[in-house]
Amino acid sequence: MVPSKSNILTDEDLQGTNLQGQNARALRARKLTTIYVYEAPVRLWHWVTVASIVVLVITGYFIGSPPPSLSGEASNHFLMGWIRYLHFSAAWIFAVGFAGRILWTFMGNIYTRELFYLPVWRRDYWKGLLDEILVYAFIKKQGEKTIGHNPLARTALFFCFTLTGLFMIVSGFALYSDGTGIDSWEGKVFGWVMPWLGGNLSTHFLHHWGMWVIILFVMIHVYTVTREDITSRQTLLSAMTNGYRSYKDDHPE
Amino acid sequence: MAGLETFYDVMRRQGITRRSFIKYCSLTAAALGLGPEFVPQIASAMETKPRLPVLWLHGLECTCCSESFIRSAHPLVKDVVLSMISLDYDDTLMASAGHQAEAILDEVMEKYHGNYILAVEGNPPLNEDGMYCIIGGKPFVEQLKKVASGAKAIISWGSCASYGCVQAARPNPTQATPVHKVILDKPIIKVPGCPPIAEVMTGVITYMLTFDRLPELDRQGRPKMFYSQRIHDKCYRRPHFDAGQYVESFDDEGARKGYCLYKVGCKGPTTYNACSTVRWNDGVSFPIQSGHGCIGCSEDGFWDKGSWYARLQNVGGFGIEASADKVGMVAAGAVGAGLAAHAAITALSRARYKGDDAQ
Repeated sequence: MVPSKSNILTDEDLQGTNLQGQNARALRARKLTTIYVYEAPVRLWHWVTVASIVVLVITGYFIGSPPPSLSGEASNHFLMGWIRYLHFSAAWIFAVGFAGRILWTFMGNIYTRELFYLPVWRRDYWKGLLDEILVYAFIKKQGEKTIGHNPLARTALFFCFTLTGLFMIVSGFALYSDGTGIDSWEGKVFGWVMPWLGGNLSTHFLHHWGMWVIILFVMIHVYTVTREDITSRQTLLSAMTNGYRSYKDDHPE
Repeated sequence: MAGLETFYDVMRRQGITRRSFIKYCSLTAAALGLGPEFVPQIASAMETKPRLPVLWLHGLECTCCSESFIRSAHPLVKDVVLSMISLDYDDTLMASAGHQAEAILDEVMEKYHGNYILAVEGNPPLNEDGMYCIIGGKPFVEQLKKVASGAKAIISWGSCASYGCVQAARPNPTQATPVHKVILDKPIIKVPGCPPIAEVMTGVITYMLTFDRLPELDRQGRPKMFYSQRIHDKCYRRPHFDAGQYVESFDDEGARKGYCLYKVGCKGPTTYNACSTVRWNDGVSFPIQSGHGCIGCSEDGFWDKGSWYARLQNVGGFGIEASADKVGMVAAGAVGAGLAAHAAITALSRARYKGDDAQ
């Protein structure tokens, strides 16, 4: 404990602020060091992607297992038509967002690049990964403070979001070319995918598996960011809403 | 190739009238997706071009391709196509047998070297040096390689020659191998299906005769004119698919009303073939019209892609048969339970934490 590094405020510290005269101890007043990590385009992209994933998972599930049959004349309904329309629309939004997010790595801050590669050549990456695993196994008390993602989060994101998302886009466009035709640009650009994955049905199957990978990832993602926001030494939820990450202590290590 | 009769000569010799001949040309043009202006071109080709020597080899197969081919109900084809092409060797259809038949093969190969079409029905098994399929005392793969060496082009009839089909299904004990993985230096046209549609088979040959070139092929080597769209794209039950009206089981009201067979495993949405346009047996019907889903017989490896009665493939390695969704639900449940337990332990360890101020 280095007292000079403490961020706990006293009554004296509140003098000259809008809180002067209040009891700092009763308020558990603290001074937080805050930095700007997630720029506006990244945050916008995050939440657009969230919305598109929700739509994609629901409609995708119903494309695989359609809802109960409707009765009446076929021309009165367009249920499967709408489900597929929503799926394709959301898929386009997801794909365009993904492309925009890749472009933003060239324009944004260095943390925007964390999603797209793992620094496996760096010793501190492996040390940080082990540290975070130990924290999640309740063996270690606190992880390192990080500005962007911690190494465990970064690894999970890279495999379960970035690579899986890319696979879903590529296999998705290949499947989309079934409808637009083999002479469409989707067919020309992504026509190699289905033979490579073992045929049309196998591509559907793997695309379906990708959905489950993303569902499990979303569950774990929501849990861990909430948990980290409460227990870790930095904030996560507000970082993805207003972009600022706050540190709950100022210890240098 | 001089001295060979033209197709027209053969037709006339067989008593086919000029009128029937022109009808045949028109229908062929229509079947190939060509406009009426191509009819004279087809007629002219038939009148002037010599017959094309075709050698038809049989490897590991069930002869369903031949059975389909000889039932081509396209006008005149039953009588004519077998004469149109000079089908010089086809051990199933030819009159000669044994050494006599094999002698014809050698003769044609020599005489028309580089000019004949090799049609392959079935595929060569490669295991045990090809001993699982013996033709004339020698492994079929040797005959295939020999005949292919002088061929102008190769037609892979059916799913066996194109993809391997049932004999190449897991575990494929004979190592049955599709033609394009054995013959690497010749243009190969795949005409998949188990069997392919008769009119598709005769249509491919007619195109090659008429225009003296291979039909335009897709990425997988199938003629685009017959394999560029799915069964689903031209299915007459497609409106029920889009509306959300499905057969839930084969004896329900939906089945009687002819709703979409998607939920009972129809592979129409994943199968490229012309069944829903050309249909079978002189355009009488096709599987979906008869109330059964498409089994996807013209797709690569269709025997190994799960049940014909379910859209989702079963997942191996889980002890019991389970669909991707069942495995996914169990995984989601397990992860959910794991997260809940993790959260509980986190809460307990936090309970001992006195808050930031108490450091």
